Amino acid sequence: MSTLSQLRQLEAESIHIFRDAVSQAQNPILLYSIGKDSSVLVRLAQKAFYPGRLPFKLLHIDSTWKFREMIAFRDRFCAEQGLDLIVHSNEEGRAAGVNPFDYGSRKYTDIMKTQALLQALRQGKYDLAFGGARRDEEKSRAKERVFSFRDKHQQWDPKNQRPELWNSYNARVNPGESVRVFPLSNWTETDIWQYIRVERIPIVPLYFAAPRPVVERDGQWIMVDDARMRLAPGERPVERWVRFRTLGCYPLTGAVESRATTVEEIVAETLQVRVSERSTRVIDHDGDSSMEQKKREGYF
Amino acid sequence: MSDIGSYLDEHENKNLLRFITCGSVDDGKSTLIGRLLYDSKLIYEDQISALQDDSEKCGTTGAGEIDYALLLDGLKAEREQGITIDVAYRYFSTPQRKFIIADTPGHEQYTRNMATGASTANLAVILIDARYGVVTQTRRHAFIASLLGIRHLLVAVNKMDIGGYREETFLTIRQTFSDFARRLDIPDIRFVPVSALKGTNVSCRSPELTPWYTGPSLLEILESVDVSQDVNTHDFRFPVQTVLRPHLDFRGFAGTVVSGAVAPGERLRVLPSGKVSSVKRLVTADGDLERAFAPQAVTIELADEVDISSGDMLVHDNNLPRVRDRFEAVVIWMSEIPLKAGSHYLVRHAGRFVKARVAALLYAIDVNTMEQSEVAELPLNGIGRIVVETTLPLYVDAYAVNRATGSLVFVDPLSNVTAGAAMITDDVFVDAQTPRAVSDAATLIRDHVERREFHWETGLVTARDRLVRNRHVGKTVLVTGGSTIAVQTFGKELEQRLFRLNLNSYYLGYSSLSRGLASDVADIRSEHDAQIRRLGELSRILTDAGLIFITALPEADRYTVERLKLLSQPNELLTVELGGVGDAVRGAAITLDERTPLAEGVDAVLALLADNRVIPDYCI
Repeated sequence: MSTLSQLRQLEAESIHIFRDAVSQAQNPILLYSIGKDSSVLVRLAQKAFYPGRLPFKLLHIDSTWKFREMIAFRDRFCAEQGLDLIVHSNEEGRAAGVNPFDYGSRKYTDIMKTQALLQALRQGKYDLAFGGARRDEEKSRAKERVFSFRDKHQQWDPKNQRPELWNSYNARVNPGESVRVFPLSNWTETDIWQYIRVERIPIVPLYFAAPRPVVERDGQWIMVDDARMRLAPGERPVERWVRFRTLGCYPLTGAVESRATTVEEIVAETLQVRVSERSTRVIDHDGDSSMEQKKREGYF
Repeated sequence: MSDIGSYLDEHENKNLLRFITCGSVDDGKSTLIGRLLYDSKLIYEDQISALQDDSEKCGTTGAGEIDYALLLDGLKAEREQGITIDVAYRYFSTPQRKFIIADTPGHEQYTRNMATGASTANLAVILIDARYGVVTQTRRHAFIASLLGIRHLLVAVNKMDIGGYREETFLTIRQTFSDFARRLDIPDIRFVPVSALKGTNVSCRSPELTPWYTGPSLLEILESVDVSQDVNTHDFRFPVQTVLRPHLDFRGFAGTVVSGAVAPGERLRVLPSGKVSSVKRLVTADGDLERAFAPQAVTIELADEVDISSGDMLVHDNNLPRVRDRFEAVVIWMSEIPLKAGSHYLVRHAGRFVKARVAALLYAIDVNTMEQSEVAELPLNGIGRIVVETTLPLYVDAYAVNRATGSLVFVDPLSNVTAGAAMITDDVFVDAQTPRAVSDAATLIRDHVERREFHWETGLVTARDRLVRNRHVGKTVLVTGGSTIAVQTFGKELEQRLFRLNLNSYYLGYSSLSRGLASDVADIRSEHDAQIRRLGELSRILTDAGLIFITALPEADRYTVERLKLLSQPNELLTVELGGVGDAVRGAAITLDERTPLAEGVDAVLALLADNRVIPDYCI
């Protein structure tokens, strides 16, 4: 009797979810964040529709403050893999010069990420959007459905989610409503790393340690990625060997000191450090239940 | 770094156990899960520091001790209420295995959550508070676990520390639970005395505290329980999710092997078309497979050009599911709007949506006592046995043998919410005779007939032309109500009398049908329904051809007669009742006393046909 390893079971489940979602959707889209989970998500989508092309486009919400290396990777990755990419930014926010320094992380995130995403979803009239969220990332995500219902205002109501039984998913929506689908729901951090390792999936080099110009703020290393970075009086960038555990907007993403330049070394550090990965994201610390609040508002 | 490499490889190749934890609000379930996660060293340090802040705010364990339960409750509202209101999924692993926990609430109104968690679980951990023993909720949890087909139960008798780890407490609870569990269909039940708070027998055995317990710890059981026998490895079922056609030379059917296995060269049958072909290749992005088994996701290329679309099912030619548009199921209701007989829903089964009606609500099952009672409706969290009818046949197996093809989900067609989940029962043929079931079934058949008539292609010869040539109209006469011999004899006599009158009559016996036109019906249980449908369609065709079509069914119930009537439309069915229960039940046009001589009875029917202008008066 053959059995599948747990990782291949996860892979099969994700492929099943992709195919099921596409069979139910009129106009699906994949929300691509450039991060390592997005890389895995894209690989699984490619496997689901092999030898065909992806039956949907990728959508990247560019907050205009992403690491330069992320944008470079995105364009290279999408070109190499033959992916159809849409990039959307909140142009009103950009015109108004919204930035994390003057507006604070909360307001900036709302305008340049949440609002930008909602704009793009409305404009594209997508009824289904794939995302790379995992349930083990953060407490409020433990109860997230694989198919997560969003109302006309793209909002998530924890009390109004559909029960999910077996692997039978319900993506039916009325006009204006939509479903977010998370094929990586059951993957853990270690699963992601191992999959990247055995499948040789390309990821942004920022995940690996290198000497980078950083300043220390609130106990975290913030990288000075371009000239827009505001330095406090007397603050001087120093070069440190650092890597990033998650990627987002560079002024809001803390680096950890590290010499890890391979997946194995990163995992080795992770096992020793045991600091959960989202703790380097500044927005999670905006008070208790902050991620839950952002989700209700439509943040991914 | 090779040790990390091998750590990762080992992690990849672990096998997976999905389990559900159920207990009442105060059974210490969250504490137990928190303990498992903590002990498996997957609680990261910053989560722990956040936890200590929380514990001081609202922890119930007192100062200094960590409240493991707070680690789990994700949503703000429930943290304030102190109860878990939804299914939460947790992940941890040990060197032996990876685990996915569906953490479900024990609160009374949340049956639906437990069913949701149980639907994907191999095993259920049921917590019992040692101070209170087996309570109503314990029985409820065990019953739902058994209903959802869980084959392994791990009963954790918790809070053993409070009573001083007394063996009698444990043994009494074990006995009480075992007595109760005989009524359930769960083959593997184990018991372990624990204290989640103190960690007794949770990850490691604690012989110093429970010297009388010589079994494995809770975690050891979770690591070792064999679930490989739980999957259906025998019946190959492959619902096609999407058809991949990247270029003209490739046409692949993508889906998941939900049960059984398949290999190149094997003969497959396509449902519903019935076409047969063989497997050419099992395609994946990582190369072709020599064999694909559940739960692998693959793309099947067939040897022949066969028309297949999303929602069809591929199965082995020699191992077919049952093809049903009417079956019984046990439903767990999950909507605020109660389930009522006659309600319309969409059901999602094996990856497709089909319109359905609840033809009958047979009875409700009390989740606490398992007692059955007749009810008018099934409320949120209600469990009941129903008759489901679908506009298209489903390809089903009983849930007990196949979770994937034996389960279905109800979706409200207006709001689109998932309204219920149902498990198809073993006895899928339903001979429901209640008037309600009949009238509801009728609506489905009417839909079918409407569609059929819309597509009916007429020739150049009209019914009028045939009437002029034949001197009579097409008509179906159903003879029923008597013994097999009586109805057959009567039918044949009627055929012969009409024939001698130069009228075009034709008699078809039921066994001729079942051994001929309906002989492809694979399963004895669905024979009746499938044959009646074929008989109804034949009746439509032969009356259209202008014949007087006579058939005999010894004991046709009202449901059968109604179906035949509807299927014969636009032509009418005339029912002849020989003795028996009378026309009130079957709506017969004529009821003959069983003592009526044969010739006299046939005369009466001929007179009736003349009265109804089926045949001309002058014939008789």
